[in-house]
Amino acid sequence: MRFELTVNGQAHAVDVSPDTPLLWVLRDVLNLKGTKYGCGIGQCAACTVHLGGRPVHSCLIPVERAVHAPITTVEGLSADGSHPVQRAWEEIDVPQCGYCQAGQIMAAAALIAQTPKPTDADIDAALSGHLCRCGTYLRIKEAVHRAAALAAGTPTDQRHAGRAGDGE
Amino acid sequence: MHMNRRAFLKVSSLAGGGMLLALYARPAAFAQGRPAGPPLEPDAFIRIAANGTITIMAKDPEVGQGVKTMLPMLIAEELDADWAHVAIEQTDFDDTKYAGQFAGGSTATPLNWDPMRRVGAACRQMLVAAAAARWHVPASACTTTAARVHHRASNRSIGYAELAADAAKLPVPDVQTVPLKDPKAYRIIGHTQRGCDVHAIVTGQPVFGIDMVRPGMLYAVYQKCPVFGGKVVSANVDAIRALPGVRHAFVVEGAVPAGDVVPRDPGLMPGVAIVADTWWQAQAARKKLQVTWDEGKGAAQSSEAFAQHADELSKQPPAHVLRHDGDTDAALKNAAARVEAAYSYPFIAHAPLEPQNCTAHYANGHIEIWSNSQTPGSGRTMVAKLLGIPEGNVVVHMLRAGGGFGRRLTNDYMVEAAWIARTVGVPVKLVWAREDDMTNDYYRPGGFQYLKGGVDAAGRLVAWQNHFVTWGAGDEYASAATLSPLEFPARYVPNFTLGTSLQELWLKTGALRAPGSNVNAFVIQSFLDELAHAAGKDPVDFRLALLDTAPLPDAEADRQPKSRTFDAARMRGVLELVAEKSGWRHRTKQPGRALGVAFHFSHLGYFAEVADVSVSADKRVKVHKVWVAVDIGSEIINPGAAQNMVQGAIIDGLSELMAQQITLEHGRVVQTNYDRHPLVRMSQAPIEIEAIWRKTDNPPTGLGEPALPPIIPAVCNAIFSATGTRIRTLPLVKSGYSWA
Ligand code: FES
Ligand code: FES
Repeated sequence: MRFELTVNGQAHAVDVSPDTPLLWVLRDVLNLKGTKYGCGIGQCAACTVHLGGRPVHSCLIPVERAVHAPITTVEGLSADGSHPVQRAWEEIDVPQCGYCQAGQIMAAAALIAQTPKPTDADIDAALSGHLCRCGTYLRIKEAVHRAAALAAGTPTDQRHAGRAGDGE
Repeated sequence: MHMNRRAFLKVSSLAGGGMLLALYARPAAFAQGRPAGPPLEPDAFIRIAANGTITIMAKDPEVGQGVKTMLPMLIAEELDADWAHVAIEQTDFDDTKYAGQFAGGSTATPLNWDPMRRVGAACRQMLVAAAAARWHVPASACTTTAARVHHRASNRSIGYAELAADAAKLPVPDVQTVPLKDPKAYRIIGHTQRGCDVHAIVTGQPVFGIDMVRPGMLYAVYQKCPVFGGKVVSANVDAIRALPGVRHAFVVEGAVPAGDVVPRDPGLMPGVAIVADTWWQAQAARKKLQVTWDEGKGAAQSSEAFAQHADELSKQPPAHVLRHDGDTDAALKNAAARVEAAYSYPFIAHAPLEPQNCTAHYANGHIEIWSNSQTPGSGRTMVAKLLGIPEGNVVVHMLRAGGGFGRRLTNDYMVEAAWIARTVGVPVKLVWAREDDMTNDYYRPGGFQYLKGGVDAAGRLVAWQNHFVTWGAGDEYASAATLSPLEFPARYVPNFTLGTSLQELWLKTGALRAPGSNVNAFVIQSFLDELAHAAGKDPVDFRLALLDTAPLPDAEADRQPKSRTFDAARMRGVLELVAEKSGWRHRTKQPGRALGVAFHFSHLGYFAEVADVSVSADKRVKVHKVWVAVDIGSEIINPGAAQNMVQGAIIDGLSELMAQQITLEHGRVVQTNYDRHPLVRMSQAPIEIEAIWRKTDNPPTGLGEPALPPIIPAVCNAIFSATGTRIRTLPLVKSGYSWA
């Protein structure tokens, strides 16, 4: 069946069966590989995209339910990686393997759009649905705070002047 | 790679006036070349282009351990490159140019520390020689910084790019003897460098194995028997072929291994392949798949029966005695205090977040493979054997992996993809569903350890007896199911016995991050804690006293190089450090909250950890803070990445501690996804994890694995101090605990 989707500001028509999860339409039909498959059952949130600005598990959304609102994937967050969340992630060097990070980044972007100055508890609430098999949670939390500061126009953050761990 | 005595460097010119430097580890392979392959492409380690770009090749698989950044740092340091302008490229698998292209055993640092620096140093020496010749000055009068050679006396300097063409014509220095920098002069090593792929990752670029696309590619799923080793009797492949998008559906006979112990990497198992235009179509078709299986001997197994049998075995003398010092029975009888305890822990799965996958294209007796295997070389050998083609006809491209943890040390997904690719004749990407991954793992072996220990009137540990009930048949152990007779506290207790009994298992097992150690640290450091309390000693003091004991002589230990065997002084160093940093000596008694301590030596690294833990009346656990004292030698090569890795190892250990278990019923794995084999989530993670580096005058060693093992007993020991309840069974959920 034919479905019309708006992904990262662009209109696409795709011909797939209606129960195809949005995740697999993005990855294998539109070739947007940034969105990741981890579990397929809503446990890991590696597949998080924005649907109408809200973070959703694209593995659980059949394509027929994704036609009504614009979709943003990690590739569409910015043209060049300049979204504050992406900048913060890079600055803090969050990833280990990196596989979960697109999902984490999408959740963080939605969080700071809603809550410009999130507390640790806000971050826990927004991101505890996201698994990181490598255990980068402490850096993710640090990076969300940093992203909020960048979005608010704080160019430098004293906490990061010398990166933790760069001891000597 | 250890610097092979026969290793040599080769330099070549690049078009347009650049140079490149290659280190050939295996001159024999080099001399023979590859019979039908292209001439050796000289891109082995360093490429200095005429435009000034310095490209450094990363040869090892990147699975999240940061090696793609770290190995080039070693080269760049001695080369005196300008790190900001270094490009890093992942190599293919090629054993004519590289040695040791694998990711396992936290070996990348110890194996490459010396040779990678020497490659950089040799290249720098040639560039300096080229500059010196041009200026007619002695090379010794020249210095280098940030990809430039300087002659201070005449105030001249010149960039590497301009020298590369000249340098490419010079004789290559002997890589064995080229001088290395004084570590005090390091500008790259010991300074945090960001992961080289971080920008690609945060912008969602297709860098992972699962992201691979080839023109005309189809997608595959592969259904194996839910019981390990089961064979296909029949399958409705004709009906499957008629489903939307499905191009191929066929039974694969595979080969179930013979023998009583499952081999480490048994190869292509029987199953049904479905190949479709998209992965979802292949996966959806699977729901209609009907297979009649011959489940074989695995079907009778259950976790419950294993536990019962282990208990029976524990009441008999061990089948094998691996170590026997002194007279343990007599020492136990005469001990002032005795403790007896049965410890157990489950099978668990690796579950890297990126499920297993592999892309392959077979044509005319050659196969090209894109994989994120941790052992691409073994994969290549298996594929060549399976397809009956020479290894030289198998090309393996190495892609970034979404986690390894030991899962990708084996190559089941690669042989499956290769077989399917040969059958369909076009490029094909095999992707396992999470359920395939969870139910077809090489599980961390569960186990049962029955311990007795005794202390004398002075509170010293005088007797230790362990009957380890593990897996195997006869005297052959299942993969990763062993316990070394040199494992501490062996040699530090005068009366010591280690025996094993084996029960048969028809399931794949294998190495999971810090194999052996991730369970043995739990058992050993928990039991030491029990003995410390029995002796009325402080848990740190009890351990320090043990480390002060002169070790018993041991022929096997004496045969090994000193750097590979347990060094009590180094452990003492990290234990004292972690006690100091955590305020162990000044801790106050609080109801329901306490510190716990543990240490462990593995992968040449010395780790001591303290956890600050609270436990509520309804058994809700919060780990507030963890201190990790680390001795992995003289350098922390990339400190920021090392800190990240330590934090990850702690969180990984906490996942194993709280809730992970794989159980069998009727031979089937019960847990199929993260809902029943959970990972720690952000809100459950410790609030702070502090890595404390203790640099010692030893060659640098690895970090990915050895940080993990002590956290499990450290938390268990804290739970005991906080509540008086001793944890002897993993995971904690079995005893009613949960995260706060
Ligand atoms: S893949 Fe969608 S939640 Fe895991
Ligand atoms: S960085 Fe590996 S899963 Fe998060």
